[in-house]
Amino acid sequence: MIAPGGLDAVLELLAREPGAWTPIAGGTELMVAFAAGRLAAPKLVSLWNIPALRFIETGAGSAAIGAASTFLDLRAHAVLAAKLPLLVKAASWIGSIANQSRATLGGNLVNGSPAADSSPALLVYDAEVELISVRGRRRIPYAEFHTGYKRNALATDELLYAVHLPCRFTRHKQYIRKVGARRAMAVAKAALAATALLRDGVVGEIRLAAASVAPVPTRLYQAEAALAGRPITRQTVQAAREALLAEVRPIDDIRSTAEYRRRVTANLLEEFLLELRREGSRP
Amino acid sequence: MSSSATTRIVGAPVPRKEGADKLRGCARYVDDIAPEGAWHGLTVRSAIPRGIIRSIAFDPAIDWSQFAVVTAADIPGQNCIQLIVADQPCLAAGRVNHCEEAILLLAHPDKHKLREAAAGVRIDYDPLPPVFTIEESERQETIVWGEDNLLKSFLLEKGDVDSVWERAAHIVTGEYRTGAQEHLYIENQGMAAEYGAEGSVKVWGSMQCPYYVVRSLCRVFGLPEDKVRVIQTETGGAFGGKEDYPSVVGCHAALLAMKSGHPVKLIYDRMEDLASTTKRHPSRVRHRTALDRDGKLLAMEIDLATDGGAYSTLSSTVLSRATLHAPGPYLCPNVRVRARSWATNNVPYGAFRGFGAPQVIFAMERHMDEIAAALGFDPVELRRRNFLHHGDANATGQLMREPMILDQLLDRALKESGYYAKRTRFARENATSPIKRGMGMAAYYHGSGFTGSGEVYLNSLAGVDVTPNGKVRVLASNTEFGQGTNTILTQIAAEALGIGYEDVLMAAPDTGIVPNSGPTVASRTSMVVGRLIERASAGLVRLLREHAGLGERYTSAEFFLACERCRAVLGQVKSLCRYEPPPGISWDDETYHGAAYPAYAWAIQVAQVAVDTVTCSAEVEEFWAVQEVGRVIHPVLAAGQIEGGIAQGIGYALYEKVILENGRMANSQMTNYIMPTAEDVPPIHVYFEEIPYRYGGFGAKGLGELPHDGPAPAILNAIRDAAGVAINAIPLLPEELFAELVAHMPAGEPAAL
Repeated sequence: MIAPGGLDAVLELLAREPGAWTPIAGGTELMVAFAAGRLAAPKLVSLWNIPALRFIETGAGSAAIGAASTFLDLRAHAVLAAKLPLLVKAASWIGSIANQSRATLGGNLVNGSPAADSSPALLVYDAEVELISVRGRRRIPYAEFHTGYKRNALATDELLYAVHLPCRFTRHKQYIRKVGARRAMAVAKAALAATALLRDGVVGEIRLAAASVAPVPTRLYQAEAALAGRPITRQTVQAAREALLAEVRPIDDIRSTAEYRRRVTANLLEEFLLELRREGSRP
Repeated sequence: MSSSATTRIVGAPVPRKEGADKLRGCARYVDDIAPEGAWHGLTVRSAIPRGIIRSIAFDPAIDWSQFAVVTAADIPGQNCIQLIVADQPCLAAGRVNHCEEAILLLAHPDKHKLREAAAGVRIDYDPLPPVFTIEESERQETIVWGEDNLLKSFLLEKGDVDSVWERAAHIVTGEYRTGAQEHLYIENQGMAAEYGAEGSVKVWGSMQCPYYVVRSLCRVFGLPEDKVRVIQTETGGAFGGKEDYPSVVGCHAALLAMKSGHPVKLIYDRMEDLASTTKRHPSRVRHRTALDRDGKLLAMEIDLATDGGAYSTLSSTVLSRATLHAPGPYLCPNVRVRARSWATNNVPYGAFRGFGAPQVIFAMERHMDEIAAALGFDPVELRRRNFLHHGDANATGQLMREPMILDQLLDRALKESGYYAKRTRFARENATSPIKRGMGMAAYYHGSGFTGSGEVYLNSLAGVDVTPNGKVRVLASNTEFGQGTNTILTQIAAEALGIGYEDVLMAAPDTGIVPNSGPTVASRTSMVVGRLIERASAGLVRLLREHAGLGERYTSAEFFLACERCRAVLGQVKSLCRYEPPPGISWDDETYHGAAYPAYAWAIQVAQVAVDTVTCSAEVEEFWAVQEVGRVIHPVLAAGQIEGGIAQGIGYALYEKVILENGRMANSQMTNYIMPTAEDVPPIHVYFEEIPYRYGGFGAKGLGELPHDGPAPAILNAIRDAAGVAINAIPLLPEELFAELVAHMPAGEPAAL
């Protein structure tokens, strides 16, 4: 492992030897993988202690979070907690406190687990990700970042630089719930995040996203479509459940079963819709 | 004879003896020890569950001259781990009987070279058909152990069960299953060893029973006991997992030390520990119960089967305790328990807190709720109606001679938990809530000490001596592994000697120093060894009165002055005591009749559980434990034992599932073998009723295993109360509850509208 110490030096290294180096920030994923023998003699380049990657900036209408910000950084940020509560809630789910002091938002996204805790919140907040290399910077919707199981849009010389979030959801009804094998230090068997507006009893704008139901964290566009413009009735809840069941593709694995994940994700959606109907969104 | 008279130190929450060292981080565990020039060891293990080893080849790209390589051929003595039956090889020779069975050992000065070298050892096998379940083993089509796969069987009979069925008003049957469970001690297994050129072996490590390790080393090295020395290092948890397995690790480390000519450390990492070491025996228990019209038990027929894994280890004694606890704390005139432990090609199962009792108490106490449901009885009243009382004979015909207060424990549990008021409230609230709440209970006993004649065979020796620098040392081979042995034994000595708690220390847990006071298992330390220390201490006071003029009343200073006068006369100041069984206790190993245990601890546990119908998960919201364990020696440690046992029992019931694929543990990491965290453990209310037991250390009975026996049935009974589903198998994960509760309903249908 090497630690060039600055962003430019890391980017130059990646440009010089594209694909040869694996960036490591907090190491909470890579060190476990190494100990378990799943990471054969990697060449690691450290992103730890690079201030240019660890920042949280909040403006009037948006927030920018450096990729090397830790989950404790997120949890400690009062403005994020007020404007993007789902993301801060998700940050509290990551591993243990010790993990949260090392694990970074960027690491969570680049690792690309379909069960990643931060992903559903970012999807329902319409996040964008900013990628950086010696060639320059580019921004893409986060929804397009994951291109397949553990694959993403980063070129071999690129780093994830920052996550950008529009802060325009304070009037939305917001929901997030994770179903893990226990209350702390668990990988999500299922998770659902939602933001929605209810106007005169009719669902306006709605975004739904789930973890652990597909090879990548997933926006549930069909379930959203089944609800947009409709009141929350038994019929629309049923239609939304069925749309969700049709678009999720969970798997059986060591942590749970596909059938459990499908049904519980639908139950979470129903729980959200009942809350939305009961409490509405803010006027 | 012990009394409950006022005590100064027994019963007081004195500081834990080794607590300050642990808090300051200066307690030394085996991996903190760095013998000069030590090499590191690694175990090369079987990749298949059963087969013949055809060849072992070494990658020529590796310079093997830098490594010490040990195979079965290097064993100087007998190739077996000495437990009850000598069927388990120390290193597989010619054939393997389970995945992860040790075949070959490697050592090298650089720990990091070992993994690569292990990958360079190529072992070829001719696979044989394996057996993985109780059902496959009892079919006896494939024989994997002995002549019939049967590791051990017992038959316990009282009265005439067969005469009852025809006249019974009710007959209720049920089948109950429990899974394996991993101990998850914080410190993994590990040993360091040194081999003396003159043919002597010294082993340090994490363990419960130093003299068990001595016995195995003597066999494997063909050495007499005085050439073998075993020292327990500070041990980070054990729970039974360091009763038998350290003999394996200790022998392996010592073989590597012999072969390499250097001290060797053999420390398991978590994945290796989870995949290769023993776990709790899975079980299947079938109950057939006859009752009269009033709900009184007429007959209990219990068929008990455990999966013992590939070698017998402690399966026979686990099965014995299971047999004796299977009929529960109930009076029944006719009982038959038929118990069998079956061999499979799973990693051998071994000792685990409760030692067979949690399995059968799960079955008995779930079954009581099913009987109550079948008869339309209140489950509490059904139990109360059938409780054993003073003067009754239990299933082995043992007269209950000690005072018994099960009814009183039950009343206290009902009152403290608000049991009936809560059941009424939950029944009302559940109708409209997605969270369904319920209450469940378990009533049971746990026998203290070794089963039957076990304590007589152990013939334990323990005592105290006095050092020239004015400290009393407790001389016992009983070990501290978090549960409080050091503290309670020194409390007992200080109390009985009439000196201060700070005047008494534990002698080093080193077989070169302490006598064999038996293993630290079976909830025996407070009762059996505590009593030996109490008697030995009284003996020392008598000695000092006789030889050194110690007065009726004395200060600590006067006590130690007398000790030095005594030393001048006798050359030493020491008092040892050997075990004597309580009078009037008899046990017949052949018929399984008589006093299986000298004393029993009694408990009522109550669980409040919430079932979330959105996620199909059950959580324990609150827990009450009321127990009678004789005299409580240390109230904080005792409550800690109860709380810890309940947390572990909650894991057993709802979280911890060993997933075996082809005999190999598929979830050998703490990220996918799920134990409850502090967030998952509810408030636990602990209440002791104390009836001093006259033959226990200052009146103590056993309590370490007791709390683990009850949570699983109490929780599943509460789930039955909450959600109306009778589930007879643990662990009960949300996926299984999902299958019971909703899988049959259409998925698109709204669940709560």
